Formats: sequence, structure tokens, C-alpha cells
Amino acid sequence: MTILANSNQPKSNDNDLITAVIDGIAVRVPKGTLAIRAAEMLGIEIPRFCDHPALSPVAACRMCLVEIEGMPKPQPSCAITLTEGMQVKTQNSSQVASSAQEGVMEFLLLNHPLDCPTCDKGGECPLQNQAMSNGRADSRFEGTKRNFQKAININAQVLLDRERCVSCARCTRFADEIAGDPSLELLERGAKQQVGVADDQPFESYYSGNTVQICPVGALTSAAYRFRARPFDLVSSESVCEHCASGCSLRTDSRRGKVLRRLAGDDSEVNEEWNCDKGRFAFRHLMQDRITTPLVREHGELRPASWPEAIRYAAEGLRNQRAAVLAGGRLTLEDAYAYSRFARVALGTNNVDFRNRTASSEEQDFLTNHVAGTGLGVTYQDLEDAQVVVVIGFEPEEESPIIMLRLRKAVRNKTLKVIAIDSANSLGFKKLNADLRLTKPGNESAAISELIKDLQDQNSIILVGERLASSHGAFSATVAVAEKVGARIGWVPRRAGERAAVDAGLLPNLLPAGRKVFEPRDREVVASAWGVSVEHIPTKPGLTQLEIISSAVQGEIDAIVTAGVDINDVANHAAFAAALNKTFVVSLENRASSVIEFADVVLPVGAITERAGTFVDWEGRLRTFDAVMQESLALTDARVLHLIAIELGHTFKDDAKVTSLRSSYSSLGAVSKPGTMNLVAASTTKTGLVLAGWHHLLDNGSLQAGEPHLAATARAVVAKVSSETAQANGLISGNRVIVRSKLGAITLPLEISEVAPETIWLPLNSEGSSVAMQLQIDIGAEVSVSDGGAI
Amino acid sequence: MVEIPQVIRAFGTTFLNMFKKPITEQYPEEKHLYPPKPRFHGRHQLNRYADGLEKCIGCELCAWACPADAIYVEGEENTDEERFSPGERFGKVYQINYLRCIMCGLCIEACPTRALTMTNEFELADDERGKLIYEKSDLLAPLLPGMAPAPHSMVEGFTDRDYYSGKVTGATPKQIEEAGN
Repeated sequence: MTILANSNQPKSNDNDLITAVIDGIAVRVPKGTLAIRAAEMLGIEIPRFCDHPALSPVAACRMCLVEIEGMPKPQPSCAITLTEGMQVKTQNSSQVASSAQEGVMEFLLLNHPLDCPTCDKGGECPLQNQAMSNGRADSRFEGTKRNFQKAININAQVLLDRERCVSCARCTRFADEIAGDPSLELLERGAKQQVGVADDQPFESYYSGNTVQICPVGALTSAAYRFRARPFDLVSSESVCEHCASGCSLRTDSRRGKVLRRLAGDDSEVNEEWNCDKGRFAFRHLMQDRITTPLVREHGELRPASWPEAIRYAAEGLRNQRAAVLAGGRLTLEDAYAYSRFARVALGTNNVDFRNRTASSEEQDFLTNHVAGTGLGVTYQDLEDAQVVVVIGFEPEEESPIIMLRLRKAVRNKTLKVIAIDSANSLGFKKLNADLRLTKPGNESAAISELIKDLQDQNSIILVGERLASSHGAFSATVAVAEKVGARIGWVPRRAGERAAVDAGLLPNLLPAGRKVFEPRDREVVASAWGVSVEHIPTKPGLTQLEIISSAVQGEIDAIVTAGVDINDVANHAAFAAALNKTFVVSLENRASSVIEFADVVLPVGAITERAGTFVDWEGRLRTFDAVMQESLALTDARVLHLIAIELGHTFKDDAKVTSLRSSYSSLGAVSKPGTMNLVAASTTKTGLVLAGWHHLLDNGSLQAGEPHLAATARAVVAKVSSETAQANGLISGNRVIVRSKLGAITLPLEISEVAPETIWLPLNSEGSSVAMQLQIDIGAEVSVSDGGAI
Repeated sequence: MVEIPQVIRAFGTTFLNMFKKPITEQYPEEKHLYPPKPRFHGRHQLNRYADGLEKCIGCELCAWACPADAIYVEGEENTDEERFSPGERFGKVYQINYLRCIMCGLCIEACPTRALTMTNEFELADDERGKLIYEKSDLLAPLLPGMAPAPHSMVEGFTDRDYYSGKVTGATPKQIEEAGN
């Protein structure tokens, strides 16, 4: 039998194959294959605890002992690489192996408490299962079991019960090798050996939940799921994470229509088998503050209404009005596609924008020509295979944590060099050993132009983030450099639905699949896919979100349809509120939001667990998922829009069901080659102190509501400046600093750190530091600072 | 031989029985005279320790064992402020659906803390389906003298193991005071 290498194994050609025999079956595997892996390929199950394919072998638990001919004692198959002609006998064919395993199991159970009924792992526990399959029927131990204090917190979310630990070191190896947050360690020796953290240093990691998932016993449990359910209660469904553009596959476990936990799904091409704590633990938003019935405003108050009444009310308010669609960045591809179509056909406008954040026309040009409809572009595997990856305006750990894991994997293999162009250093950059070019916000394009000498003759990839939109000329410089050195560009937005929104044409100049509003041929193709006449698609490019807001304030827009938009995410939220106040607002939402107080009609749609859909991750990969709650009657945005469109007298070729929208979209095909972007020169360098910042992964985001344990693992909220800037502005480390814009101020503790010159760094939406709300400015804007006194 | 007329012969059994002791049980008027056998499988009961703390730890093993899927349990963590059982975990929601229960007693065998036992109460009929789903409050054992209703703390100096080995004999004044509040 020949087994070919999979991606986790050393790459090899036929000459590197060796032949070994396991339980009498000959197997040809690449050199360097572990005995336990080869046995797996043959379908032979060797019991194990410490072995994990993504972690380095340690042979800590000794459960996988096998007999190998010529070796005097049983050997751990998880740490033995096969050699030519090796004869391996597992517990299936060897009494020696079998009794060795029974002995190890007896030792492991000596100190293991008999508290399976209270333990969260009970029912899905490898120790329980393997004690049954490979253990003795009884124990010969008559002493007293070792006692530890019951569960202790290793951080606010993860609890450790040391009595249950079998010292397999999976969690400590994960922390060290994968996450790069090595504060979790094995302490003490012998019978006292235990996993632990330093007293003053909890396990601060954005990936801590993974240790709970890979723990083969119930030693690590999470506060969120503790004692909540048993595996047989739960219905497990495959799903996709809605938090960021990483596109992790998830396993969602629910009971009686309620999500109880989420686990990382296994997808070797995307998240491998990890995810971040936000994706794992922040799911209560799916059930909290839900709107359950349509609402209609009457005499200034919202009152519940029936669906037909609300749809009619919305249609009447939108009929023959100068309208716009603000669709947020959280939609599925199918929903975004439906908004795109609804705006063009039913509202007769190209006034659509999804960018409820800092945005620029240069970014729009970049998205139009290099992102929209391009399909699968730079992939995770490409990042791993590259020689140089440049990240610009993008902090991988905070803004797309799975990219960080992939980059770190390649950096640890010493095949990849990471260059970062950003305003401040961070733990993520440090873990990537990044060559950090500290850049004052606004000066990125100059730093980007200098990349040419680093990227010449290298297999290189440039990842740009959403923050780059605030820097004039940066996208142009990136495209120019990439063209010169042959680098590929990946655009990594922060929100899960942004890529889908670009592909679906939720921009004023774009139709779905990269088709352009001003191209007659593109309009025809799209019109035929929709089943409408081409005159129904307006030819004039529409307004961006900023323009829509200012037009509405001036009374030039009468009606706005919004979805998944929080007005407090943007610096001009006062104008945004005024615009919504002045216009007829139709809000499609699943939970109470800041838009509701301005809405004239609120139409409740299903949460992400209640419907099928597709997210498009940053790679351009379609991440299709089914409804977790199959029995839910909730409507999708697309169906609601369809009903309003019918009321307005428009019909389409399809019925706006998820599957028909999906095929309608895919019938448009992909863009074959990138367009030509109109390159703009950078503006003059800003003088004076400017604001920099990014969103912490765990912050005040509305999808993290109702998760106290998760919130407690968020990073400290501090302002950061370099020591030179501190000196120049009279700021003292450890004191508070007051950051002022013309419209407000933020006071935070100050930390002296590696920050670009003349720059102060703030977290953008953390507790006590909501830049859009409090300062009402974007990054790159000028601020003044002063010392705020001792804390 | 004189033949007894058919009519009288036919009543023979009837007449004979007129002189026998009747075996009719006067249910429900005289049901105390006919108790079920001691090991009869009747309505379940969630037991308490001698100080009133609940024995149930919400482990769901009963629900797992149930062949009729009649039991629904949700566990929860005990806190120092609100303690319902010794140890870390207690049963927050406990329901038995007597429309489904077949009184087989596998749940009793599965219970690791002897929290769940069966009483001899057999009168499980009602006029509404909803009433036959018994909640935790319906199933909890009555408070006997010396017990204080949960939530309250454990007896000072005792661990959950002491509870399990039956070392607790009754509620302490401190526990009674806590329960009273």
C-alpha cells in the first residue's frame, strides 16, 4: 500500500518513500513519517493523549506505546519515525504493546479524580473512552489520590482543574508553538507536575480557547460553557465565523434553539484547526436584544406591526423617492447581492455603500480594479509559501487573527520574513519577528515606495488593511510597488462581510462580480442575470456613504435603507444621525441598534445562525454555510427586500432564496484580469501630532455584547507614544494623558512604547477610548495632548 | 337424581360469592389499606443532604440513561453567594416528563450521588399535558426537621467528599440563618 504525503508531512518524491510494516500490513510512506501517523492512514487506532498532528512530538503521556521489532522496550509511536523495514506491532497484534498501554492507563488514572459527572468533558472525553478501550477493568491502587484546589483561572475565560490533568503538554505546546503566548508552562516535577501560569501573569492570549478544545481531559474548561450541557444534548452544525474576514470554519453546538458553544472547525486550507477567542466565545449577540416583530413609526413612536403592513409602509415610504442604501460590512454574499439589486432596480439608484468606516475614493478605485469579482486571490497557503509578506495598515493579530497564526507558522519554519509598515509596535508584530517600519499616519506611501529594494526578486505578498484608506496615496503606492516587483496584493478588511459587499457591487460605481456601472456591456449582463430590462439599471455612478450623509443633511436624499450599520462607528456620526433624522429610514436588523431610534420601519431579519448564506473571506474564498437553527422561520434580508420590491412593482428572475441568489451571482462569472487603477500622488507630509490606532480584537464591538468573561481577557486600554514624543509634549509615562480633538477628548493611561514620531496611538473602540464617538475624527487627524496627572 | 333447575344452577356462582369475603379495594377511599410494594417504581424524588443542600449536581447522567428521553436537565455553577449543592455544580433546571416516563428506574441506577430515587407515589394522572411535566420544585424532597432550604453555604469545615460520605447530620445555626435570609 502506498500512502502519499498530505500537506502536514514532509514533501517528498517517490525516491524518498520507505516501506515499513504495521500489524503485518506493509505501508510505503515518506521518510520522516511518524509511526502513529502511518498507523492512522491504515485505519489502525493507537490510543494517545499528547500526540497532536499540528504540535511537535513530545511523547509525554506514553499512552501510544507499541512494540517495535529489535527494540528492547515498547516505544511511543507518536515520536518514532518509521525507517526502512521497521516492524511495528500495535496493541492489536502485540500483547506487549497492549499490556504496556494498560499499565500506562492505570498510572494515568491513579491521580485522576472520579468526578466525571461534574466534568464538562464527560461524554466526549478521550480519557474516558480510552480507559474503556485500552485500560484495565479495575485499579490496583489503594492509596489516596493527589488533591489540588479545584478549578483555578488561568485567565478570565479559561479554568484549569489540575487534578484532572494528565500532563500531556498539549496546551503548553499550543501556547508556545502556535499562539506564541508562552506564559502557560508545566511547573514542578514528578507527581506534583502541573500546568500553571505565573501568579502575576495570566495566560493572556487571543487564542486561549483552543487549549480548551485540544485538552484531552477536562483539565481546561471555559467559563462560558462550564456545566452548561452534555454532548448528547447538543446538535452540532458546521458554520462560518461572522466576526472577521479570516473566514474560520466553526462547529456550532446548540440545544433547543440556543447556541451553547462554538468550536474551531477543521479546515486545512483556512483556519487549520484553530480559531480566536472572539470567534469561539462571542456568540451571545445572536440571542441578545433581538427584534422579534416588524416595527412601524406612528406618532413618533415605534409600534409592532404585521409583516404585510410593515412591508407596505416601507414600500410607500420608498416609492419614487431619492433613495440610498447603506448596507454595513456584515452581510452575506447573497444578502449583499440582494441589496445591490434592490438599490439599482427597485430604488433606481447607484447610491449604495457598505463602508461604514473610514473610506476614500482612492480605496474605492483600488477595490474596483483589484478586488471586485476577482475570485480566489492570495490564499493562506500562499502566505505560508511566500518569502516576504508585507503588512500595511493591518495588524494581523488584532484585525484578522488567523492570518497571524499562518504567518507565524511560516516565520517559525524560517521560510518567511514579515515586514510591517504601521504606526506602532504590537505583540503581534513582535511574535512575527516583523521588520517594523514605524510610519506616521499619512506618510505610508513614502514608506511603501521604499519597499522595492526589499521585495526585488522575492516571492512576495503585500497585505493591505482597511486602515490604509485614511492615508492618501497609500493604495496607489502599493499598486505601483507590486507591479514593479511582481508582488501580489491581498486586501484584508476587518469585517466579515466587506469582501462579499465588494463582490456584490455595494459601491456606487460597481455592479456585482466586478461589473461596472458605466460599462453598457456590463449593465446588460447584470440585467439579464436579474431578469430585468437594462433601462432599470441606472447609469450614473452614485454617492458614497459620506456623500449620502451630507446630501441627506442638505435634503437631497429622501429615504435611506440601512442594514447592520452602527452610526457610532464613524467619525461624522452627528451628521449621520442628522441625516437619518431627516429621511425616511427603513432598517433591516436582527437586534436593537443605534439606527432604530431614527428608523421609520424596522424589519427584523434572521441572525446568522438562522439562515444559510456565504461569507467571502479575505482570500476571496466562498465560505458557504447552512442554517444552524434549521427550524427557524426568520427571513433573510434578501427575502424582505424581495417583498418590498414586489410591493413597488418590480419582479426578478428568481425568488430571492439563498440558493437562487447564489446561482444568479455565480452566473456572472469572475473578472479575468485586474483593471487599471488611477494612481494618485501622496499629499504633503503632515506636521504636528497626529492620531494613530487600530481596533483591539476584543473591544466594545457590538457583536461582543453580553460576554463578561471574554471581555475580561481584552488587552489593557492605554495610549501609546514614543519617548521622544512624550518628552516633546510634556507627557509622563504611567500618568494619564488627555488627547483632544476639536470636538472632544479621551483620557487614558499613557505607555511609552515604540510608536512612530509625532504620533499618539489609541485603541479605536475600547472601554474609555471610542475615537469615533469621543474625538469624532479619523486616524491621521491632528490632535493635541496634555498630561492628565497621576493615576 | 333430581335435576337442579337450570335457572338455579346458573346462579350458583353468584350465590356462593354472596357468602365469601369481597376482595374489592375501595380506591381511593381506603387506599392507605393497600400500600404499594416497598420497591414499587413511583414518582421520582430529588433528595437532599441532612442540612438541606441538594444532592443533584446536574450531571445529566439520568437524562443520558433514560430510554424514553423523559428527563431534561441543565447544570449550573454554584457560587459562594448562592450554593444549592456541595461541590462545584448543581442542577438548575430539572424536568421529568411523566407522559414519557416508563418508570424503568435506569435513571436511579445512573445517578452518581443518589440524588434521584423513586417514591411509591403512583397517582400520576392529570387533565392537562403540561401538568405532567414535573419541575425541580415538584420533585425536590420535602424539608425534614433539621434541614434548611438551599441556597446556603456548606457546613463549615466540610468538603463535598464529607457530604458524600454522610458526615453531615443537620443544618448548623449559620446555615439556618443564611437560608432564612
